[in-house]
Amino acid sequence: MRAPLSWIKEFVDIPTSISAQEIADGLVRVGFEVEEIIEQGADLTGPLVFAKVLSIEELTDFKKPVRYVGLDCGEQQTRFVICGATNFAVSDLVVAALPGAVLPGNFSIGARETYGKTSNGMICSARELGLGDDHSGIMTFAQGTVEIGADAITGLMINDVIFDVAVNPDRGYALSIRGMAREIAASLGLTFTDPVDALRNLTFSDTGKGVTAKIIDSSTASIFYLRTLSHFDPSAKTPLWMRRRIEKMGMRSISLVVDVTNYVMLELGQPLHAFDKSKIKGGLTIKRAGKAQPFTTLDGQVRQLDPDDLMVWDDEQPLALAGTMGGASSEISETTTDIALEAVRFDPMCVAKNSRRHRLSSEASRRLERSVDPSLAQYASARFVQLLTENSSAQHVATVVDGEPRFAPVVKLDPSYVSRILGFEISPSVIADVLRTIGCDVNEKTFEVDPPAWRSDLLTEADLTEEVARMIGYDKIPSVLPPRPLHASLTSTQKRRRAVAQMLANRGLAEVQTFPFTNQETIDFMGFVGDRAATYKIANPMSEESPLMRVHLVPGLIEVAQRNISRGAKDFAIFEMGSIFRSSQKLVPFISPELSKRPVQKIIDEIYASVPPQPYHVAGLLVGKVENEDWQGKARSYTWQDAIAYAQDILQLCNLEWTVKRSDFAPWHPGRCAELIVDGKAVAHAGELHPRIVAKYGLPERSAAFAVGLSALPDSQLVRPTTVGTMPAALQDVALIVDSTISAAEVEDALRSGAGELLESITLFDRYDKLGDGKISLAFSLVFRAPDRTLTGAEVTEMRESAVAAAVKATGAVLRTA
Amino acid sequence: MNPADISSWISDAKKAFSAATDLDQLKVARLAHTGDKAPISLASRSLGSLSPEEKASAGKLIGDAKAEIAQALAAATARLEAERDAKVLLEEVVDITLPVQRNHRGGLHPISIIKNEISDFFIEQGFSVEEGPELESGWLNFDALNIPADHPARTMQDTFFIEPVESGIVLRTHTSPVQIRTMLSQEPPIYVICPGRTFRADELDATHSPVFHQVEGLVVDKGITMAHLKGTLDNFARHMFGPDVTTRLRPSFFPFTEPSAEVDIFFNNRWIEWGGCGMVNPKVLATCGIDTDVYTGFAFGMGLERTLMVRHGITDMHDIVEGDLRFTRQFGVGL
Repeated sequence: MRAPLSWIKEFVDIPTSISAQEIADGLVRVGFEVEEIIEQGADLTGPLVFAKVLSIEELTDFKKPVRYVGLDCGEQQTRFVICGATNFAVSDLVVAALPGAVLPGNFSIGARETYGKTSNGMICSARELGLGDDHSGIMTFAQGTVEIGADAITGLMINDVIFDVAVNPDRGYALSIRGMAREIAASLGLTFTDPVDALRNLTFSDTGKGVTAKIIDSSTASIFYLRTLSHFDPSAKTPLWMRRRIEKMGMRSISLVVDVTNYVMLELGQPLHAFDKSKIKGGLTIKRAGKAQPFTTLDGQVRQLDPDDLMVWDDEQPLALAGTMGGASSEISETTTDIALEAVRFDPMCVAKNSRRHRLSSEASRRLERSVDPSLAQYASARFVQLLTENSSAQHVATVVDGEPRFAPVVKLDPSYVSRILGFEISPSVIADVLRTIGCDVNEKTFEVDPPAWRSDLLTEADLTEEVARMIGYDKIPSVLPPRPLHASLTSTQKRRRAVAQMLANRGLAEVQTFPFTNQETIDFMGFVGDRAATYKIANPMSEESPLMRVHLVPGLIEVAQRNISRGAKDFAIFEMGSIFRSSQKLVPFISPELSKRPVQKIIDEIYASVPPQPYHVAGLLVGKVENEDWQGKARSYTWQDAIAYAQDILQLCNLEWTVKRSDFAPWHPGRCAELIVDGKAVAHAGELHPRIVAKYGLPERSAAFAVGLSALPDSQLVRPTTVGTMPAALQDVALIVDSTISAAEVEDALRSGAGELLESITLFDRYDKLGDGKISLAFSLVFRAPDRTLTGAEVTEMRESAVAAAVKATGAVLRTA
Repeated sequence: MNPADISSWISDAKKAFSAATDLDQLKVARLAHTGDKAPISLASRSLGSLSPEEKASAGKLIGDAKAEIAQALAAATARLEAERDAKVLLEEVVDITLPVQRNHRGGLHPISIIKNEISDFFIEQGFSVEEGPELESGWLNFDALNIPADHPARTMQDTFFIEPVESGIVLRTHTSPVQIRTMLSQEPPIYVICPGRTFRADELDATHSPVFHQVEGLVVDKGITMAHLKGTLDNFARHMFGPDVTTRLRPSFFPFTEPSAEVDIFFNNRWIEWGGCGMVNPKVLATCGIDTDVYTGFAFGMGLERTLMVRHGITDMHDIVEGDLRFTRQFGVGL
């Protein structure tokens, strides 16, 4: 919303001692963000004059159109200038900068030789004068609206300060000069004159029969004023002052009738719509579209109406999309002489729906969907009649009204509530004064507060408290720390996540965070199937390339790895922590209990259950060399072992015990993937990535990855440590020959089970796979220790033999002899 | 056995030992002056032919002389060994400025770092850290927060909806549903922060991302006022931006707070919008079953990306979301 100071000053007595910055600060204090202060004309000096085009000579020797134009600038002699625009004809009125003038951007105008002619000035566009962005051509003016030779800086009212203000959605009333002026006055403690005061008693006598007006459903519109005018001369022009105000608001001047509707809307905040009365069959009625049908709005677009769209109809067809945009068929044209002027207080929700369904946000819908003062239908339509009859031959014929304005109810305020919320004492009399400043009627005995007509947002004590706070100033609120609990800590889950991230970071992995979106092609290529491939689809994704929620963290890591590789990185390790999404449950229809009281627990539980589970994972990707190669030598590459070790380190960090199983599991190499099992549940997978994936995404061969389902991990148990033995340990080595299909874990488990309770540790210290015949050798070192004595040689031998026997039995191992 | 001879043997030995410049020369001198053929050794062996009286006195002379020579030898040995050791160490000098770190440099993502930092700060203040799901019920994300069905935030432009849209499941547009979950499951007093990932259908550009992070705070207790909100934000801002930062509350609008405010910080000589806040709308408290006659509350919310960008002078959101290790590694683990 723009607010030109010159217009604001019409309603607020602003002393010249108050600067534009102070006004802007005042607006910010009461909740209006000032996005820009435009000092129009500050960088413009004359001479700038209105001129009449006397002659046009087209210079055709150049690549672009160039005109040599003779101008009457109110001087004795014709002035000749070069002009690149073509949107004007002989006898048009224009604005010319004469030699000596300086235009915005420090652009000095002088007499100069160009295109083989002498140019003695310049005809200006709006943008060249700093009046707007319009550079489609030079400014032209209707005959009789400007005086040839007169100073155009004054004539165009260029010197002005324009505030560009952001208006929050609850403050629709401020989308008007009336509302802005009121806020500025209240913030700076100045006197405000309500423009509506002058309109309250403005009535027009009926001289004929007007177009009838009807509201079918009072929930869609409360009040409908329809003013019929006749005898309008369509050649009437918009006076320059009105045109300039409309332009300063960022809109364009179109025709006198349309300009007056826009002017009144900008001034008061009530959108108006003017129909060409000759196109109306019968009377006007506000009702729904009823059925789907095409409708052409005045921007020329054919729109398919929804049955629920609220329309303004005549007796035969819809003429306007209510509160949003008029229709092309009844638009004011160059031949319009009779006018029906509509001013309606539409229901904000109806307009919001109209606007949203058709993706059509207009100046009218923006205001109406934020709620418009219901009393304005009368005053704004009166203002229209006043301005149009003053500036043209139009005459009021009749005014027809249907419905009546509905105002917000009285709010009962406990003045102590205000202090209780704001945290400092404010006396009831101050509260009453402040509320009166914003237009409320306050009964100081009962503290019944009647909000003004334009404040439909003031419905509760909390709403009024905000008004008091912003008018007194948020800066008056003291800064005090609240009482707080004595203790808080992270939950064990939060601590665990942090520890895992910290460990991986300390071990040389860099954390990344990717968008949790994916697509079917990726899911399929990774080889995910069944439950692991099913996910949720976004109805309106950012891009059709990734409309699905991710089912795994590794694809995102691969994408980041690719990006880093494409930027020159070779050897690195990355990890990500976050939720994954698998549609294990079918979504139920929206559960929406009523508000302002707690739903019953069953409903709350149903709402919680309607939200699908979103397990939290950590995954890592290991690419290239384990260490950076440098003058110290070569480094080995990451392998499947590294990935499995990281997964196991994470389980170890969480103090869990696990077993390992080989697994054919996407997206890993089917022969090189470990599944880690805790309490009988697979919680992690790790190993070498599938070579097909490595090749497709251009990763170094043998790249490896791990993924751990952190939310699947059980809580760690209270540690009950075993006593540390101090008796001497006995070391025994055994080498076993087994089939290469037997896993080391199986052999180790068997040895462990046969070795007995005094086995302290077991370590695989050698693995030899060059025996041939599908055999391998596994050499283990066993440490035995008794808590209370030194073990004898015979005891140790017996335990060793028992361990070997168990391994032989379980795995078909043969003891390897030296 | 002339005492003058003995004393010359001593001085000869001492001279020879001090003349030795390395342990090899000392060995030669040692053999010459203490070996079998050395005069003192010969004299010592000849003692047996002396009479007992002579033997006693000569024996003492020779014993003393031997001791003196041995002492000189020990001193010379120590000296030369020290010299040798010093020389070896000197030869073993290396260039300790050579680059030796071979491990990859790991690190946490800066968003994790700032999230941890904020969590730690509020835990110290007695706040708990609450989290919630990213796919969320629309009732918790909107309705319960007093965001009516036709609020712009619920339209297709801003919110990501999950199919079928009749399910009302959305990608949460803020972490506020965690506040609702907290109020539905806990009795006041409530002192929590809710950090987490949020989603809005904005194109990725230098300052926006469709996937971003917020931290919200919620306090519900007896006697909570807007002054407490201000105090908490002042404290938080000083922690994040340094002791000299000042804050400003500006009236604003959010459906879930009333009064509502924007909080600005004055940082690097200009006012910067930091987040939104306000007193929890009594309608929201009532929906969560909290007695509004007894309890009041405040809430606030900030973008973590924005906080990070302002504090660290980051100008392009792409750096935060792309995962380029050259960017991330600069932050280490946030220590």
